[in-house]
Amino acid sequence: MIWAKEETLPRSEIERIQTERLLKLVPYVYNNVEPYRKKMDEAGIKPEDIKGLSDLKKLPFTTKQDFRDNYPYGLFAVDKSKLLRIHASSGTTGKPTVVGYTKNDLETWAECVARIAAAGGAVPEDMCQICFGYGMFTGALGLHKGLEHMGCCIIPSSTGNTEKQIMYMKDYGTTLLVATPSYALRIGEVAMQMGLNPKTDLHLKTALVGSELLTDVMREQLKKLFGEELMVTSNYGMSELMGPGVSGECQELNGMHVNEDHFICEVIDPATGEVLPEGEKGELVVTCLTKEALPLIRYRTRDITRLYYEPCKCGRTTCRMENFSGRTDDMLKIRGVNVFPSQIEEVLLKTEEIGPHYEIIVDRNNHMDILTIRVELAPASMTDDFKKIESIEQKLHGALRTMLGLDAHIKIESPNTLKRFEGKAKRVTDLRAGKD
Amino acid sequence: MKQITVFLENRIGRLETVTDILSKNNINIICISLSDTVDYGMLRMLVSQPAEAQRVLMEAGFSAMLTDVLAVRLIHQFGMLNKFNGLLASNGIDIKYMYALMSGKDSAVVLKTSDNEKCEELLKNSEEFKVLSAVEIYNL
Repeated sequence: MIWAKEETLPRSEIERIQTERLLKLVPYVYNNVEPYRKKMDEAGIKPEDIKGLSDLKKLPFTTKQDFRDNYPYGLFAVDKSKLLRIHASSGTTGKPTVVGYTKNDLETWAECVARIAAAGGAVPEDMCQICFGYGMFTGALGLHKGLEHMGCCIIPSSTGNTEKQIMYMKDYGTTLLVATPSYALRIGEVAMQMGLNPKTDLHLKTALVGSELLTDVMREQLKKLFGEELMVTSNYGMSELMGPGVSGECQELNGMHVNEDHFICEVIDPATGEVLPEGEKGELVVTCLTKEALPLIRYRTRDITRLYYEPCKCGRTTCRMENFSGRTDDMLKIRGVNVFPSQIEEVLLKTEEIGPHYEIIVDRNNHMDILTIRVELAPASMTDDFKKIESIEQKLHGALRTMLGLDAHIKIESPNTLKRFEGKAKRVTDLRAGKD
Repeated sequence: MKQITVFLENRIGRLETVTDILSKNNINIICISLSDTVDYGMLRMLVSQPAEAQRVLMEAGFSAMLTDVLAVRLIHQFGMLNKFNGLLASNGIDIKYMYALMSGKDSAVVLKTSDNEKCEELLKNSEEFKVLSAVEIYNL
């Protein structure tokens, strides 16, 4: 289902809207956000220098550091009295990132989420269970308001108590699940452990997953658990940009459609800041065109992706971003090799003999980085033969060598020994700090 | 004869957890063999109720499976095990693993072979080697 006519406009029309909005945005930010005005002044750029979309690249970037330096409200363009809500990121390092919304911002947000939800398979008849943590995090309330705006019924179950989540799903007839992909997998596993058949005892049709990378293999595993007809789509957003609602996959599963009348996306070389041509991989940079409280110009997301502009078979003409291949700050450097945890995940998920959960540990011993990967033996591959377990180890070791060019130490453990996550999974532990 | 095999990570207390679960469920361990690598170990046991043992261990999150093995009594005489191994080898039966079941007046071993049926057939009329039934083992 296509929710809004803005998703199918001719490219020229999309660019006309973007140009019109950008030309309003730049003076709005210049006049109302002092830290960004300073940046423009330092770069010697005046609002009137920006005459069209091609001038966007002249503008300075906004970064996470700007949020830290101007905590809490320094990047806001309106007075606190105009705000209806604030959210904040978890802030694992230092102060959290605070974001705010005016009345119009909240309406735009709901509209953007409704579009990506509709693209991802949601229909107004859906019973939507939201297993994201409610609170300062934008994920839960963002999806909540967007799905409500569509006319869906919301089950705000939040996180925690997986057995109870499954009881809600079964008894209340949940048809749409909002969760991280790893928690959706966990729900399926626990349902089986409870003696339920997720395919027949639950009535799930759609899973809108986000806040974590969704790989094709995970998508297949979710379908294996909940049934082949399950539509699993990922969507993208981050609190600084708005929350969920920036982009989302449609049924064609060939990238996440961007709400381009509200966001301009660029891909840059993270080292030089140069804008890369269509189809090249780099860091995603987003300009928020319509936000009143927290307008952002060229925000560096640190997510790695590519952009494609040809129209999609679904009928949408909006640009698509490839499913992420990592974050610039997730990247590990191991023995001089750049490693994205998602590459390791891809290998692990393709190996049937082990389960979908894993942990990556990087340590340093005798001036050498050591990569250890803990995995769980899949219940079906239980054996009384050492050779079989060794052959699984060797298979994984070889596949990882091919993928990364590195030797990893594989630790096979029993099922259900590794930690399960309800929110964003934390699978990488780097113990190298301070060791040589 | 069913053996229960449990996959264990090499970590303090893992084996104790297994024996604790079995003891709380009144399951008797008849014999035990534990072999290990750097990261994990394989615990092989004959127990009084193999299916029940598998169920309670799996409920507790362990990987446990039942495997067909043979328990064979050997007359307690010098060179008997050597003779037994020779008999199997000359009949093309490969021993996957073996561990002791008892040693005393008689002795007995538990083993998994490449062909348990053939092995059982081979020993049917032997006076020196006797394949023990589950009941005989539990009453040892």
